Amino acid sequence: MNFPILSIITFLPFVAAVIMLVMPANRKTEVRGVALATAAIDLLLAGWMYAQYLLGDLTGYQFIETYNWLPALGITLKFGVDGMSAPLVLLTGIVMFTGVLISWGDDDKHVMSGIQDRPREFFAFLFLLAGGVFGVFVSLDLFMLFFFYEIAVFPMYLLIAIWGWVKTREYAAMKLTLYLFIGSVVALVGALAMYWTQYQNTGVLSFDMIQMESAGFSAAFQYAWFLPVFFGFAVLGGIWPFHNWSPDGHVAAPTAVSMFHAGVLMKLGAFAALRVGVMLLPEGAKQWSWLVMSFAGVAVVYGAYIAFVQTDMKYMIGFSSVSHMGLVVLGVSTLNHNGLVGAGVQMFSHGIMTALFFAITGMIYDRAHTRMIPELGGIAKVMPFATIGFIIGGLVSMGMPGFSGFIAEFPIFMGVWEEQWLLAVVASISIIITAAYIMINIRKVFFSPMPEKLEGHIGDVTVLDKVAIATLSFLMIVIGVFPAVMVPMVEKGVENILRLLGGS
Amino acid sequence: MNFLNTHLLSLILFLPTIAALIMLFLPSAETKLLRWFALGASLIPFVLTLVLWSNFDSNATGFQFQESYVWYEALNSSLHLGVDGISITMVLLTTFLTPLAILASFSVTDRVKPYMMLFLFLETGMLGVFMSLDLLIFFVFWEIGLVPMYFLINQWGSANKDYASLKFMIYTMGGSLGLLLAVQMLGVLFGTYDLVVLYERWNSLSASSIILGMPVHTVKTIAFWAFAVAFAVKVPLWPFHTWLPDAHTEAPTAGSMILAGVLLKLGAYGFIRLVLPLYPLEAKIFAGALAVLAVGAIVFGAFGSFGQTDFKRLVAYSSVNHMGFVVLGIAAAGLAAGTPEAHIAMNGAVLQMFNHGLSAAGMFFMVGVIYERTHTRNLEEFGGLFPLVPVYGGILIFMSMASLGLPGLNGFVSEFMVVRGAYPVLKIYTAISMLGLLFTGAYILKGIAKVLHGPMNEHWAHGEHKLTEISTREIFVVVPLMALILAIGIWPAWILEVINKAVVALF
Repeated sequence: MNFPILSIITFLPFVAAVIMLVMPANRKTEVRGVALATAAIDLLLAGWMYAQYLLGDLTGYQFIETYNWLPALGITLKFGVDGMSAPLVLLTGIVMFTGVLISWGDDDKHVMSGIQDRPREFFAFLFLLAGGVFGVFVSLDLFMLFFFYEIAVFPMYLLIAIWGWVKTREYAAMKLTLYLFIGSVVALVGALAMYWTQYQNTGVLSFDMIQMESAGFSAAFQYAWFLPVFFGFAVLGGIWPFHNWSPDGHVAAPTAVSMFHAGVLMKLGAFAALRVGVMLLPEGAKQWSWLVMSFAGVAVVYGAYIAFVQTDMKYMIGFSSVSHMGLVVLGVSTLNHNGLVGAGVQMFSHGIMTALFFAITGMIYDRAHTRMIPELGGIAKVMPFATIGFIIGGLVSMGMPGFSGFIAEFPIFMGVWEEQWLLAVVASISIIITAAYIMINIRKVFFSPMPEKLEGHIGDVTVLDKVAIATLSFLMIVIGVFPAVMVPMVEKGVENILRLLGGS
Repeated sequence: MNFLNTHLLSLILFLPTIAALIMLFLPSAETKLLRWFALGASLIPFVLTLVLWSNFDSNATGFQFQESYVWYEALNSSLHLGVDGISITMVLLTTFLTPLAILASFSVTDRVKPYMMLFLFLETGMLGVFMSLDLLIFFVFWEIGLVPMYFLINQWGSANKDYASLKFMIYTMGGSLGLLLAVQMLGVLFGTYDLVVLYERWNSLSASSIILGMPVHTVKTIAFWAFAVAFAVKVPLWPFHTWLPDAHTEAPTAGSMILAGVLLKLGAYGFIRLVLPLYPLEAKIFAGALAVLAVGAIVFGAFGSFGQTDFKRLVAYSSVNHMGFVVLGIAAAGLAAGTPEAHIAMNGAVLQMFNHGLSAAGMFFMVGVIYERTHTRNLEEFGGLFPLVPVYGGILIFMSMASLGLPGLNGFVSEFMVVRGAYPVLKIYTAISMLGLLFTGAYILKGIAKVLHGPMNEHWAHGEHKLTEISTREIFVVVPLMALILAIGIWPAWILEVINKAVVALF
């Protein structure tokens, strides 16, 4: 029996959440210490796992662990990662670590950044969320995937409703939860249909996804069930036209939750749609790829345009996420090597980038008490470090070569060229729109003269904030300059998907 | 020594970036240290370029000093570097102008560290374009150079910098969008980005084959224009030039020097390195259209320049005018490919790129010198300054004459060659472009007259506004430029020899 690294990564946050909940509520520093230590350990483990996979030149599913859970129904706790999910596990570790860092904040009366209200409960819920997310990425059992999926969605409601932005938190929390539950119920029905059909076909009762890959679903079955399964999950990926919960959720959530939400949770939707929708129902995916592709194409351009007209920084980033996640789905919908590789890298790249964006926006909001772009200015003078971070994020966002965004978007576009070149031409407009709103935003918020109202009220970010910003920025540059640290790995995951799609 | 020889190009390319990263750890307050460090760091690539130049075998055809490192394996793209006679001249221009621009920036006092770092990053970006033999790497460096330039204009520019920098960014990125898509298409079609391979495969596609559901000719035509527009924006050709006067005018002095001196050459270089070799047939068919745009740039650039009252804008429009000749030469070479006319025109175009780099950088520097003292660029506010600043005046006249194309100075050689090569194949266009040449004389003389001659503006003669003479440091910036200008004007063979071999081999 190997070292059960995946279950440790997954269950450590749950354990930490329980430990924190039994700690005294007034011991804020200790609670934060536990949170940070847990996040750091999880990040190290995830990093080690990633390095093992990459440097060991491994292929297929690795680090597999199997435990019986409910044998009568064929449910096992089966964990494992491949080239697609390992980067996402690492991503979750990074976002969790930096999310804790920036939530530490500064409890000086005049600043009050980070989470100062009930940090114990906050971190506990955040870790439940993180554990759920890890669980989805490593599950090789369809039932367990759902199990963790719901665990991940539920704490979001509390985190937004309790610690969110006063003006919209109840509305946004409710909207988000309803959207996601409806989506997942639709997908669940599809999953149960697969489960029973597999039983009829093979006489095996099992939720094991590797087994289901060869369950011999008929073409008609796949055509019928692909759409509910794929779109049920893709709702969480923010796919147009079901994206509308997502910007509201981003805006209302506290900073660390926005980071999780955009950075990781949306990947959950895209990943599950790929894992269950495309990989288990490949014929269905081929049949409907034109539809998915057109929806994604709309998301890419429309999301960018809506982001362009926003005046609230968080809404701007929220809609830019819709646009960038549209690129992920676009890459998936091409069902070819380049598109899928790009989608895999884009999930990681966008996760890091948007986490950085939300972190910095949160830091600005904590100090300026406004996120409205017209009311901000001159931030570069008081927060130089955060400014550089935001600029790097912006360059990633507009797909500037030398940064991870380019490494991800270029193959996606190449994939689209192979399937439908006209769409590549149309979708490329989003690059210019993105460049425009990012540049205008950077100029206004960071470099224009500071409004008198803010003069003297804004101080620099804390050291922990700087560590978080530096970590995230560094990763985006490393991937941009040396694609070999991630791309070969994603390619191995893609090989498997292409095999299921019939070697095309 | 062996390592140096095999890695010469990558050393030249990445040393500025490494230096910039080291600067990150130097104290921001030590402005003197930062300035001298940046200058020293930019001189090393220049020295290495001299080594490169002296080891370059101008008789050999093809690319020399090639290096290749796998970069993006999934897309089959490598960091493939190499130079021929055309690109080595551009590399020399870049590494020569960057130290001068940094020396010219010693007067910058606001945030010296990021300023110098951006300059060094910019140098890597520009060199990368000239050295890369991989289409994807070409595009990477092509785009990445925008970022430092954007921030140099946006942060250290003058009054209207926000508008100018955004316009620069959006114009260039918008222009490159077609290039991006065309690059992707080539990658999808051939599964490689290596230029040497692409030249061959793309041109050996049979004319009757169908790609993307269209006849090959249609696809090539669209891709040709996608490439051409991206480069035309950068050159800039009329009517894509309107970003240029704004960007030049608002940029800090050294930014304008590099912008005019090197960045515009990236566009022309794109035509030479990519458009003509990849689309020889289309270049022949559309040579007339390109020539129209080039003549538009020559004539309207000259008129536009003549109509300015802002000294820097005057010089900016003169760049449009001069770069028009480069493209006129390129268009002629495309039309007459394989004939001596094509070779003469192309030689002229490449030399004109180098020459304009020298004279435009010099002119922008001279404008910067007087702007730093008077804080105005309005020609009406100068007048009769020659007696106050005789040395400055002399240098300004020298630079202006180089720009005007006075025989004996460099501009004459290259413009004559372009016109000589273009006239037999593009008679009417060349004839019309002479109208532009006429007005070149007019605007240059207007600039000199308004600044140096006429009744003296007493405002600058006495008291706190008294104009001071050009300083020693500033003289150190212009003297190398003047020396090269003179050297090419009197004896152009040393550089033409290198260019000519590559041109004859390619076109």
